[in-house]
Amino acid sequence: MNQKEKIIEVTNLVKMFGSFTANYNLAFDVYKGEIFGFLGANGAGKTTAIRILCGLSPPTSGKVIVAGYDVSLYPNKVKANIGYMSQKFSLYNDMTVKENFRFYGGIYGLSGKEIKEKTQFFLKKLKMEHTRDIVLSEIPLGWKQKLAFSVAIMHDPKVVFLDEPTGGVDPITRRQFWEMIYESADKGITVFVTTHYMDEAEYCERISIMSEGKIEALDTPAKLKSNYGVNTMNDVFIKIAR
Amino acid sequence: MRTLYYILQKEFIQVFRDKAMLPIIFIIPVLQLLILSYTATFEIKNVDLIVLDNDRTPTSRELVNKFSGSSFYHFNGYADNFESAKQMIKSGKAEQLIIIEPNFEKKLINEKKGDIQIITDAINGSAASMMLVYAQSIIGDFNKNIIIAQYPSQHIGMPIKIDSLFWYNPELNYITYMVPGILVLLVTIIGMFLGSMNLVKEKEIGTIEQINVTPIKKYQFIAGKLIPFWIIANIDLAIGLLLAYFVFGIPVIGSVGLLFFVASVYLVGVLSIGLVISTLTNTMQQAMFISWFFLVIFILMSGLFTPIESMPHWAQIMNYANPVSYFIKINRMIMLKGSGLADIQQDLIILAVFAIVLFSFSILRYRKTV
Repeated sequence: MNQKEKIIEVTNLVKMFGSFTANYNLAFDVYKGEIFGFLGANGAGKTTAIRILCGLSPPTSGKVIVAGYDVSLYPNKVKANIGYMSQKFSLYNDMTVKENFRFYGGIYGLSGKEIKEKTQFFLKKLKMEHTRDIVLSEIPLGWKQKLAFSVAIMHDPKVVFLDEPTGGVDPITRRQFWEMIYESADKGITVFVTTHYMDEAEYCERISIMSEGKIEALDTPAKLKSNYGVNTMNDVFIKIAR
Repeated sequence: MRTLYYILQKEFIQVFRDKAMLPIIFIIPVLQLLILSYTATFEIKNVDLIVLDNDRTPTSRELVNKFSGSSFYHFNGYADNFESAKQMIKSGKAEQLIIIEPNFEKKLINEKKGDIQIITDAINGSAASMMLVYAQSIIGDFNKNIIIAQYPSQHIGMPIKIDSLFWYNPELNYITYMVPGILVLLVTIIGMFLGSMNLVKEKEIGTIEQINVTPIKKYQFIAGKLIPFWIIANIDLAIGLLLAYFVFGIPVIGSVGLLFFVASVYLVGVLSIGLVISTLTNTMQQAMFISWFFLVIFILMSGLFTPIESMPHWAQIMNYANPVSYFIKINRMIMLKGSGLADIQQDLIILAVFAIVLFSFSILRYRKTV
């Protein structure tokens, strides 16, 4: 990790919904080019935290700085510098691959020429050039997820947030997907990823594990395993999340 | 501006790719105009009439002939007795019953007066009074003929001579009155529904969340949702005006340019209502229901079918907040009377205020956060 430049800085983040505390005093940093795994059982408060980091939901208190901007003060500046992709919310199914690239490239302010080049670049890399003019609804889920990831990073964001990006995807596609993640991390894009697959957790450089609104553990997979005296991330997760 | 361009491009692609949308946008309004204009009429024609003739003389037959010869009546035959006549009214086979008393002719000649009774099915009150007016005028005519026949030497004259003219719609054609209003109705329905459905659909399928993490500006997104349907509704209005001219022979007497200008201002308001609804709801069902709620109230209170002047006072006050009623009024004035900008100025300003307030409110209501 070069110079450990901080891309995400979270201090004392609290999010309340009425009297329910979804995020309790979260504090962590994520560094440039890092692949940061964000784990936790369902309902642990992961999605709430991701939404705050993306500027979709304001924090109740605490300070969140993403890509150099405070999300409470400059949500649109944050949004211009991040990419976002989730399993549930994807691209437009009634538009072709090319049209989806063009739309998202356009609203992120890419020029017509850049959009063309990027579209070409990603389709070639994914070996999906033949799908350029195919409507997205006719493309298999795994391919769509790879396209969605490409669209999410086509404007070269500083951070890309991936909310369970590989849910429902076959193992081969998942592997290809992680190759794409590594590639973009190599290019300096920070990857913030949530997952329920523990083998995927092993691919991350550092991992935080949330339970009941708090971060219970945060370290490299190797250290977490030795700290908890177990052999797999699966066991670490079960010990913490239980 | 570039962002808006990309949003509009996307919206148009989606609208025209949806095969079900084209008929909704272009065929349904045409059908609405054709069907409603012909059928939404308060003219009473073909009143089903039966007669209980207890006299059965040449005079009573002559009276019945007067009715059956009228284009307003459809003579449904003689009833045998009062009971069967009653049954026919009950079953809806007859709307009006004329009972001619026994010795009608004899009394008319000897006593110079005769009695008949008119019974009208008055479930629809205003229709019933119209039917009675028809019957009275036919009988009045008959009366006059008797007087002239009996006193041929005397010149019966009326002291006041009425010379009446009907302006703007000389033939009192109901279609002429309805078409401008129905044109407003169909652009309103298109505008409000398509606008609200479109945004809430993005909520339902979840793409809105992807939009919300982009640096898109709120006004850009709302404008991107409004402009496509604003254009489509204006095209629908143009189609409607062509149909009005070629099918119903109703030209726009005033300025077509002014009409489209008013429509454009009005549509910003109506589309904004749809967008406000879609920012307040989460599913197409909810948006649909609320849109219908407002549409039904707006339309029924708009003066399209019933004159606003005859509504209760509170309803007339409520109508100040009903954009539909302003545009129907303006549209009738421009299309039928040839009114100019000066004549409609005040109502146009109110529509402009609606448009600005509602558009701003829809931008304000649209949250990029959850």
